[in-house]
Amino acid sequence: MGAGPVVIVGAGHAALEAAAALRAEGHTRPIILIGAEAVSPYARPPLSKGYLTGRIRPHELWLRPESFFAKQHITTVLGDRAVEIDRDASRVRLASGGWITYDRLILATGAKPRELSVAGADLEGVVALRNLADAEELRCALRDAGDLLVVGGGFIGLEVASVARELGLRVTVVESGPRLMSRSVSRTLSAHLVAMHRAKGTRVLFNRELVALLGQGRRVRVAELNNGARVAADVVVVGIGVLPNTALAAQADLTTGDGVIVDRWLRTSDRSVYAIGDCARFPSPHTARPVRLESVQNASDQARCVAAALTGHQRPYTSVPWFWTEQCGVRVQMAGITRDHDRTVVSGSPAEGRFSVFCFRDGRLVGTESVNRPADHMITRRLLANGAAGPAPDDVARPGFDIRRYPTRPI
Amino acid sequence: MAKITYKHHDGTETVVEVTAPNTVMRGAKLNNIEGIVAQCGGSAQCGTCHVYIDEGNTLPLPEMHEAEDDVLYGTASERRPTSRLSCQLPVSEAIDGLIVHLPATQI
Repeated sequence: MGAGPVVIVGAGHAALEAAAALRAEGHTRPIILIGAEAVSPYARPPLSKGYLTGRIRPHELWLRPESFFAKQHITTVLGDRAVEIDRDASRVRLASGGWITYDRLILATGAKPRELSVAGADLEGVVALRNLADAEELRCALRDAGDLLVVGGGFIGLEVASVARELGLRVTVVESGPRLMSRSVSRTLSAHLVAMHRAKGTRVLFNRELVALLGQGRRVRVAELNNGARVAADVVVVGIGVLPNTALAAQADLTTGDGVIVDRWLRTSDRSVYAIGDCARFPSPHTARPVRLESVQNASDQARCVAAALTGHQRPYTSVPWFWTEQCGVRVQMAGITRDHDRTVVSGSPAEGRFSVFCFRDGRLVGTESVNRPADHMITRRLLANGAAGPAPDDVARPGFDIRRYPTRPI
Repeated sequence: MAKITYKHHDGTETVVEVTAPNTVMRGAKLNNIEGIVAQCGGSAQCGTCHVYIDEGNTLPLPEMHEAEDDVLYGTASERRPTSRLSCQLPVSEAIDGLIVHLPATQI
């Protein structure tokens, strides 16, 4: 590659890891990070968990100390945003004016929360949790509130519901579908999660939609559902999914479609522009169709993959996807993409809250969902990464099955 | 405050002073020490802050919880009797002088 800089649009996990990995791989050219938020790159997972209770303090969120950027000669442009890519001239225009020239461009623009489209969605106390400012607003709002309404039974909503119960609030979760986390987990795990939340005192309503939010003055107080029911709500957390930030790519005529479309090497339709993290839709050996994933693992591993490519070690991106969530004091971990499974086998004891759902397709293990069973999760990741066959459904069903005895490499 | 020595896989080492409350993992992050990834940020979920405690260690380390033990079954580099997750090792004066060896790979 030429002598020009690597410009990274974004300053989240993917962007920061890309910059760090480029330096770790010995890349010596200028690196410029452009971030819309005026703060140093930070970890997002705690924002819906320990940050809200105060267990995790702000300084624990920083992904690197301030000194890192100067020491590693990484230029940060924070509190500004890239608004245009001029691909003919290989440069990016900033909102504040001025252009930054690139030799290679990495789009790590992330995603934004899907917005509620009901009356009252703009009332005070209605929060979509994505960044540190949102988390701070929510942390303060929860302190003074009695009733929390969570819209959407996905990762973020359920994590916040769990924290709010811990803080003593009355909590209602309204989910438009028939089960929790329906896009990501098996029916077995959904059923376990809803029982867990209900046992903690959270009210969970299925097949219900919000039709309006009503306020007292500018502040939200009550939610109205599509069956006419009313639910008290001093705070409303909107967790109905995210939309990838593709506007910048689309404006530059890069191929987009629920994400910036990239190839196995994470290159966009322009060979000098890459896309990584929440905004990228990529072909994966672990899924039948190209996929877009919202996870720290994906952000971090894709960042490393592109950094390797830019330092002469090009290889396709093949990492095993994995996710985690903490709800009701329980550790839930998912390895692989399980949404297309045709059979599940449970190992362990759901009654004791320690079990895994092994998910198969055509008799082959495609992933594992583990509740307080980290070994099952970790070993599944290794099996999938190494292309090992793994256990068959009947093996898992046999009494005394222990995945720790399984060879994690192909034999 | 504790002095922690991180021995890299290539034979070099980095010695840093780490203040409490922090963990051996966070000590590496704060001092730009490569070789510890810590994708999950320190919640014993990911197994990418794996270290080997020096064979000659006599400093008191906390007992391993079941979750840490479980996660160590799936680390990228081989598990040894000295394996720990560095996010589960809080820094205090009691571990002043600790030496940890970084594995060949975390991912």
